Amino acid sequence: MSEALARASAYLPVLLEGVWVTIAVTVLSLLVSTVLGLFWAILGWTKVPAFRAISRTFITVIRGIPIIVQLFYIYFVMPDIGINMTAFQAGVIGMGIAYSAYQAENFRAGIEAIDRGQIEAAQSIGMSDSLIMRRVILPQAFRIALPPYGNTMIMMLKDSSLVSTITVAELTRQGQLIAASTFDNMTVFTLVAIIYLIMALPLTYLARQLERRYKKT
Amino acid sequence: MISVRDIHKSYGSAEVIRGISFDVEPGEVVCIIGPSGSGKSTILRCINGLETYQKGDILIDGTRVDPEDKSIKAIRQRVSMVFQRFNLFPHRTAIENVMEGPVYVMGMPRAKARELAASYLDKVGLGDKMDSYPDNLSGGQQQRVAIARALAMQPEAILFDEPTSALDPELVGDVLGVMRQVAEEGMTMVVVTHEMGFAREVADRVLFLEGGVIVEQGPAGEVLRNPQELRTQSFLKRVLNPL
Repeated sequence: MSEALARASAYLPVLLEGVWVTIAVTVLSLLVSTVLGLFWAILGWTKVPAFRAISRTFITVIRGIPIIVQLFYIYFVMPDIGINMTAFQAGVIGMGIAYSAYQAENFRAGIEAIDRGQIEAAQSIGMSDSLIMRRVILPQAFRIALPPYGNTMIMMLKDSSLVSTITVAELTRQGQLIAASTFDNMTVFTLVAIIYLIMALPLTYLARQLERRYKKT
Repeated sequence: MISVRDIHKSYGSAEVIRGISFDVEPGEVVCIIGPSGSGKSTILRCINGLETYQKGDILIDGTRVDPEDKSIKAIRQRVSMVFQRFNLFPHRTAIENVMEGPVYVMGMPRAKARELAASYLDKVGLGDKMDSYPDNLSGGQQQRVAIARALAMQPEAILFDEPTSALDPELVGDVLGVMRQVAEEGMTMVVVTHEMGFAREVADRVLFLEGGVIVEQGPAGEVLRNPQELRTQSFLKRVLNPL
């Protein structure tokens, strides 16, 4: 047991390097997916049929393709058409785009939950569509979308391990590398699992708080 | 100032408004009565551009109401609306609800809008509820906030769509009282209502709608006390003596 602990503490510094990359990938792709998801949701809400179709098509296509395939596509196929990215950039953009489809659905649910009557009331005092979006719909939609948003954050933290497949040296990838050279799978992946759990716990707590706070609307 | 000319509207094959025309003069209070499904709310919503219409014209001082056109925003600033279900913004306090239009639509400085909103909330008897959220107000109070919100746009006319139908009976009086006060101050009003007492005492003119047409119209006293049309008579009998 003490021997295992000694080995674990030898691996830990390498794994912690991966932790920072994991956090960076998660936070940055969360940002990308939020902005992009909001964009798709608003596009889908507009009255322009072409915009709605674009939004719907994008969401359907992205949700129908495994995230790992999307990552491969961005990292391995894009260079063929002259778009070169580092593995880290490809990871963040790939995860951001993939998750924007889920974020969009999340925001859409929030937007659609707003009572039609409120929108009419806003119209009746002369508000434009963009003003209605900004002043009436979004402030309430955010509140409704917040609890599922918390869950999305946890999913993204865990799914950030997918970018290991395109050589981003995040936690899972670091674990694989150590395991490959030491054959100490048991210690390494137990450690990796525990570290993910430790990162997820505060997010889980946060998500639960959000849910409790905004359940009654 | 409001001119409705031969309006037709259908949902699919069902024609809900089949040629309605009437004019509302400045300062006039017109009540629209009639059974449910007669098209009375629909015509009001058409005037505010919340519904499209297939045929005819609705003119506000000569400007045609067209929900698809940019001019609709300016028209709505001149003609406000009060809804059956109040439709307050639940994430904003009473005074914020009233300030919303002046600040964000009319571009009024916040301090001035707050003063204006406070004066209208005082007027509707809610000076002590300014910082309450709609959820913490009774239906009658919410509707009075909605009236203050409509007034704060300083409109030339206000449309009321069954403003007391969603209220508990004991709360109806407060709302009608505020509406009467607004009418007495000279506001042009079109009121869709089932409150015959209000129509009799406050309205200058009553329109009786059934099946998407105006069956009878005239001075409130005449139509309500001495209806000429059989359908008006039977409707009034049902409303006034439900048992």
